[in-house]
Amino acid sequence: MSAVVAEHDEHHEHEHDDHDHGPAKGWLRWIITTNHKDIGTLYLWFALVMFFVGGVMALIIRAELFQPGLSFVEPQFFNSMTTMHALVMIFGGVMPAFVGLANWMIPMMIGAPDMALPRMNNMSFWMLVAGIVLLSSTLFMEGGAPAAGWTMYPPLVLQTGAALPFAIFSVHLLGISSIMGAINIIATIFNMRAPGMTLMRMPMFVWTWVITAFLLIAVMPVFAGAVTMLLTDKFFETSFFDAAGGGDPVLYQHIFWFFGHPEVYILILPTFGLASTIIPVFARKPLFGYSSMVYATAAIAFLSFIVWAHHMFTVGMPLAGELYFMYSTMIIAIPTAVKVFNWTATMWKGAMTFETPMLFSISFVVLFTMGGFTGLMMAIAPSDLQYHDTYFIVAHFHYVLVPSAIFMIMAGGYYWLPKWTGNMYNEKIGQLHFWLSAISVNILFFPQHFLGLAGMPRRIPDYAVQFTDWNMISSIGGFIFGFSQLLFLYIVVDTIRGGTGVKATNEVWDGALQYGGGGTQGLEWTLPSPPPYHTFTEPPVIVPTEYQH
Amino acid sequence: MSTSHGYYIPHKATWPVMVTAGLFCMLAGFASYLNGSSSGATFMLVGFAIFIIMVAGWFTLQASESESGTYNTQVGISFRMGMMWFIFSEVMFFAVFFGTLWYTRNLSVPWLGGEGTGAATKALLWPDYETAWPTNGPAHLGGKIVDGKTSGEFEPMGAFGLPLLNTLLLLSSGVTCTWAHHGLLAKNRDQLIKGLIATVTLGFLFVLCQATEYHEAYTDMGLTLGSGIYGSTFFMLTGFHGFHVCVGAIILSVVLFRSWKGHFKPENHFAFEAAAWYWHFVDVVWLGLFIFVYIM
Ligand code: HEM
Ligand SMILES: [Cu+2]
Repeated sequence: MSAVVAEHDEHHEHEHDDHDHGPAKGWLRWIITTNHKDIGTLYLWFALVMFFVGGVMALIIRAELFQPGLSFVEPQFFNSMTTMHALVMIFGGVMPAFVGLANWMIPMMIGAPDMALPRMNNMSFWMLVAGIVLLSSTLFMEGGAPAAGWTMYPPLVLQTGAALPFAIFSVHLLGISSIMGAINIIATIFNMRAPGMTLMRMPMFVWTWVITAFLLIAVMPVFAGAVTMLLTDKFFETSFFDAAGGGDPVLYQHIFWFFGHPEVYILILPTFGLASTIIPVFARKPLFGYSSMVYATAAIAFLSFIVWAHHMFTVGMPLAGELYFMYSTMIIAIPTAVKVFNWTATMWKGAMTFETPMLFSISFVVLFTMGGFTGLMMAIAPSDLQYHDTYFIVAHFHYVLVPSAIFMIMAGGYYWLPKWTGNMYNEKIGQLHFWLSAISVNILFFPQHFLGLAGMPRRIPDYAVQFTDWNMISSIGGFIFGFSQLLFLYIVVDTIRGGTGVKATNEVWDGALQYGGGGTQGLEWTLPSPPPYHTFTEPPVIVPTEYQH
Repeated sequence: MSTSHGYYIPHKATWPVMVTAGLFCMLAGFASYLNGSSSGATFMLVGFAIFIIMVAGWFTLQASESESGTYNTQVGISFRMGMMWFIFSEVMFFAVFFGTLWYTRNLSVPWLGGEGTGAATKALLWPDYETAWPTNGPAHLGGKIVDGKTSGEFEPMGAFGLPLLNTLLLLSSGVTCTWAHHGLLAKNRDQLIKGLIATVTLGFLFVLCQATEYHEAYTDMGLTLGSGIYGSTFFMLTGFHGFHVCVGAIILSVVLFRSWKGHFKPENHFAFEAAAWYWHFVDVVWLGLFIFVYIM
């Protein structure tokens, strides 16, 4: 075990009696707070709750699909579940989790006293809550929650009942929340870095987030515009997506995916950043190819704007369009491969140890690569005519979301929990959580490739009997995966309450100080665990470390 | 808390939560209203009132903090970055509707008329439809009311009446805004206030002209949101723009009011700058509209 065990931390006590004010008293603290650590905590808890809410929906889906026939739920409700599962997980789970990590860590990683715009930070969080409340309220409405898929294609989505305007306004609120959060992150990173923390010395997590923030500001308004047109088509007689009036339903798909494809990169770039931050620490080697990581991230972000119609190969596009979107999509594999290569090279001949954060990171590299490969298969337009709208797609994006984005969020959680709480988590249970998750996630999603190739369509509550076996296996994997996540909840609560009883040192992980930053020491590891309420009210002295380009 | 290098970090914030609550109430009310609920409109108005009051409270606080010298240069840069990227997000929002106009005019309407891969569409769905712009689509939606029914006939909006006047109004308001800024920098308060009064007046005049234009469109020309894709794009683009002009004019009025009270110094006037940037942005969008919606 390589965690540095603290005897006692000398500096810790003294730093508490400085002049800074602490948090407000009582529950009001959490409502009116402007502190980046408080707001980070709020985001992370919110994301965790949504992860379980979305998880319950997923288990309803898997229970229904355990065997053919209609077993548990009405088809309409089933469709609501697939729609709401996706929306809750993306907008309530993964995105807020990353914003939470950004809030907690970015100021500490760049030596800033807080986020640049603290009041707006508070508002971003509450807008998120408002948006999700509005969305969840549709579950109890006449006609049920939206059921046309998270992509909300017209004309189908226009048949939604009372839920439609609520879902649309919820997208607006979530969009405002994300845009404000992104603006705050950009202002923080460009304006609040400690002297000496040059851009090319920033930790990769910070780099990937600043690029993600650009993506957010660029595409959330596009999504807002698209759903606004749905609203006016439904309630104000416009005909944007109605051919009878000269509009075109395919136009919606173009606009949606102009948002949607960058959106999937919004979910994966911070994931990359976490991997690039965590792997060097446990390999005890500097990140291989730091600057190529930065450029690859920027390249992926740029490419993400010009490949959107690979989601629409079957919808009817001019041949030139099919070809263009096919080739441009394949190009993304290049910068992505650069990243996978660099992570592997970072581990090469490293003095590796395998604590829970590293286990999750390694399985991320492997399983993300699988998801990338299926992506490449689907990028080939003629092949995608077969794959499109089958379970193969479902398998693809779950590989790039669950064992990738969510695994790295978990990894980040394990990595920083000791820093946040000052206590070590229970490594045995952490590893149990990892192995259960890593095995069951493959039982859950791997068979879905076979189902898709055999032609099982997505978003259906019933299926032909020949698909039964793989569906049963997948559902079993799903339930194991779902229940295993309770271990994570247990560990988080347990660690907050004292964990193993071992106090975390400042550095927590052997090597974190040296390898946990970008081109400098990992600044968060110079602080006490847990850090005081206000950190870096004085900009820290930046010690550059040697790293190879 | 002021840090040693003077970065201002407010302790707690009550306004942001309340603003959110107001917005939530307003949107939930609006959604219920659209669904035909009788109390929806009330909720919407109450929510809107809360929203406005809270935003006003928040901005008053910011203004007084700014005037009392709470913010240093670094904070000022954060604010400016915030405003810049906010405007960028607005640019993307408008880009959606410009993109929609481009796509329908150049792709989907021609396809409906049989061009490109649209031969079967035309033959099977609407054999009589010929590609045209402006169009209200193969079903001839909306149009003038004849005998209580829509006739499918509408007139497109010309460019050289009110719209041209509006272009001149907005362009000169951009000039007066810059003139006011020069006044501020030269500590000439009289010029600042006069420039702002002119800008705000021109802005509201623009809105007035636009309202007249809309009235004419609805009553005489058969041009409504319901007149197919031309009406949809026309009103969506000009409508969202007009809304932004209103917001910009209100922001500028607040800036005017603050100038009266003696706020702003040559080295400290973020609110003025933000309002001016916003105003120029609205100006540029209008030029886009004038060219792509009215002239072409
Ligand atoms: C090498 C990189 C990737 C390639 C080439 C790729 C390619 C594709 C293609 C062609 C599709 C459309 C398939 C169809 O509907 O017929 C697709 C769907 C999807 N991809 Fe990827 N992908 C890649 C990486 C990612 C990543 C990193 C994520 C997210 C973190 C992601 C998330 C998704 C999602 C959510 C869908 C399905 C959307 C839906 O229809 O609901 N992909 N991908
Ligand atoms: Cu995509």
